[in-house]
Amino acid sequence: MSVKQFRDAIREAMVEEMRRDESIIIMGEEVAEYDGAYKVTQGMLEEFGLRRVIDTPISELGFSGIGAGAAMNGLRPIIEFMTFNFAVVGIDQILNNAAKIRYMSGGQVKFPMVFRGPNASAGQLGATHSVAYESLYAHIPGLKVMYPSEPYDAKGMLKTAIRDDDPVIFLESEQMYAMKQEVPDEEYLIPFGVGKIKREGDDVTIVAHGKMYHIAQQAAKELAKDGIEAEVIDPRCMKPFDFKMVIESIKKTNRCVIVDESHPFAGMAAEIGFVIQRDAFDYLDAPVQRVTIPDVPAPFAKNLFDLWLPGPKQVIDAVKAVTYKN
Amino acid sequence: MAKKADEGFTPTGKVYKSTTLPKPTTKNHKDLGIKDEQLPEIYRNMYLQRRFEERAAQMYQKGKFGGFLHLYIGQEAVSASTVHVLNDDDDIISAYRVHGLALARGTSPNACMAELFGKVTGCSKGKGGSMHFFDVEKHFWGGHAIVGAHIPLGAGLAMANKYQGNGRIAICFFGDGAVDQGSLNETFNMAQLWKLPVIFVVENNGYSMGTAVERHSAGQLHKRGEAYGMKNGVANGMDFFSMVDTLSDIAKEVRETNEPYFLEVKTYRYRGHSMSDPGNYRTKEELEEFRSFDPIERLKTYMFENKLVSEEEIKSIEDEINKEVLDAIDFAEESEFPPASDLYEHVYVQEDFPFHT
Ligand SMILES: Cc1ncc(C[n+]2csc(CCOP(=O)(O)OP(=O)(O)O)c2C)c(N)n1
Ligand SMILES: [Mg+2]
Repeated sequence: MSVKQFRDAIREAMVEEMRRDESIIIMGEEVAEYDGAYKVTQGMLEEFGLRRVIDTPISELGFSGIGAGAAMNGLRPIIEFMTFNFAVVGIDQILNNAAKIRYMSGGQVKFPMVFRGPNASAGQLGATHSVAYESLYAHIPGLKVMYPSEPYDAKGMLKTAIRDDDPVIFLESEQMYAMKQEVPDEEYLIPFGVGKIKREGDDVTIVAHGKMYHIAQQAAKELAKDGIEAEVIDPRCMKPFDFKMVIESIKKTNRCVIVDESHPFAGMAAEIGFVIQRDAFDYLDAPVQRVTIPDVPAPFAKNLFDLWLPGPKQVIDAVKAVTYKN
Repeated sequence: MAKKADEGFTPTGKVYKSTTLPKPTTKNHKDLGIKDEQLPEIYRNMYLQRRFEERAAQMYQKGKFGGFLHLYIGQEAVSASTVHVLNDDDDIISAYRVHGLALARGTSPNACMAELFGKVTGCSKGKGGSMHFFDVEKHFWGGHAIVGAHIPLGAGLAMANKYQGNGRIAICFFGDGAVDQGSLNETFNMAQLWKLPVIFVVENNGYSMGTAVERHSAGQLHKRGEAYGMKNGVANGMDFFSMVDTLSDIAKEVRETNEPYFLEVKTYRYRGHSMSDPGNYRTKEELEEFRSFDPIERLKTYMFENKLVSEEEIKSIEDEINKEVLDAIDFAEESEFPPASDLYEHVYVQEDFPFHT
């Protein structure tokens, strides 16, 4: 065991897999000579050389598609987006080519590749640079979507993603890269579709992923002071999603709050909420509540941004609403 | 047999002289139709851009505002010459390194500084920040942060002008990094096919973030439009007169022929890509060399050598600007943040849109 930053955990996963398998390459903007815009790929050029660690022009459509083509033909590319806000420039390659060609070819083709990079907001970066894309990718059949919130999970999940033969969207966060946690030295893998109960409690289930997981934990600590014990579930993987873990928890707590950095309309929280009412209707003592960013783009001004991004307070309020404590 | 990619794909090696400047024009200001008394005003314009950003960087480092801050320092002759050559109602659009152009076009330092601070008195009401300065009344269309995404918008501005027959042209600036985007190629084809009156300008400052031009773009940038038959040229962006010389011919031609033009401006940014970039990808020698071509110093020297201004006049311009910028900081600090209700303003034109919760 040693304490590692999120960025180190991700790098280690890639490095270990690249040592194992020559067909893995990584490409993206500034990944090689600049050591990564957020230093995730630091030192990788030195170890693996120019053939496998590849700087690209600002051509997201081009390198997403070239990566997909290479994946069709024997390579296992990792595509790093400087952030997922820029992936939209190349999103046709992801949503149509990587996600659907296997289906259309009757299973002749596969896309063993990972699209990874930071997702959602990272401070006052303006409306185009602050979008949470997990629900959009999870919507499309053919893609798997992972979104870890801690270094331990990130490493085990990324190794699984890299070894998988299907295209995986792997979401990170600039604001989580420096977070630290104990990470085992020996190898471990975390499978798709398995969430984790990261805090046990009987009074309410809080489901929160990515950066919002940390907000949920802060809220849970505060709530404990008021005698409310929250069970915090980090689903870790958006698609497939561990609905079973959520439903089992609700059978115990009978109440649920979902925390999601997406907009409310048709976001992850909407889907999770639907499944809960369908599969756990009889166990609910209150309507499921969600905490999301509002139905508006990210504002720049600090005061508006702070209103826009959910914090522990909104989670606490939602928990108080479902526990009828306000 | 095709070779195995042992040497990799992307060209490598520290590139000394990421950009080479063409020879400056030999014409003097009179040849270019610039009157003696205009020169101090041009100096004022460029010096304002410089001082504004130097102070903005200080404020950023003091933690007065957040977000990204990309400085234009070194490239001021490009913006200053653009507003000098074009008509005030010609349309300007650019990327996120945009403070200089907005100030040059006449957006007040107060409104610009307030936007950096995210105040409601900012030129985008605090909604956009550093990367999204807008001043549509002055035909300044922003401030765009997805690399390459505004290139089609530039052509669209020109399409509307042509449709309306209003005699205006559009000018669309972007960085060398944006040349690699698909949006540029699609737009170039249509702009040429439809004969749109737009000047595309790539401000080739040698780097796209940490990647030197030769490492990210094949061939010469200005030739990117040649297959579409787009006229093109290169200009020295470190010299105001050279820029005016080239740009006035181009503007005249685009206005008369209604056809697009692609200009590659060779320039240089003295600061890092953004405030967090230490700039380890370039050499000190390169930076020093380009500092010796400083467009602002160059104009000052020209005016002194030709006895067009006195030391005192320059000093008083600089004092005025320094004060104007300090006043802008006070204005920004004293201004209010947008009201909470502004969160839901400006999403739709419709006033009573039923937002989802
Ligand atoms: C589509 C997209 N990809 C990546 C980025 C991140 N990014 C912002 S600026 C930049 C470099 C652009 O360089 P250039 O076009 O040369 O402009 P300069 O910064 O030199 O003015 C990159 C990679 C982005 N904003 N948009
Ligand atoms: Mg550049």
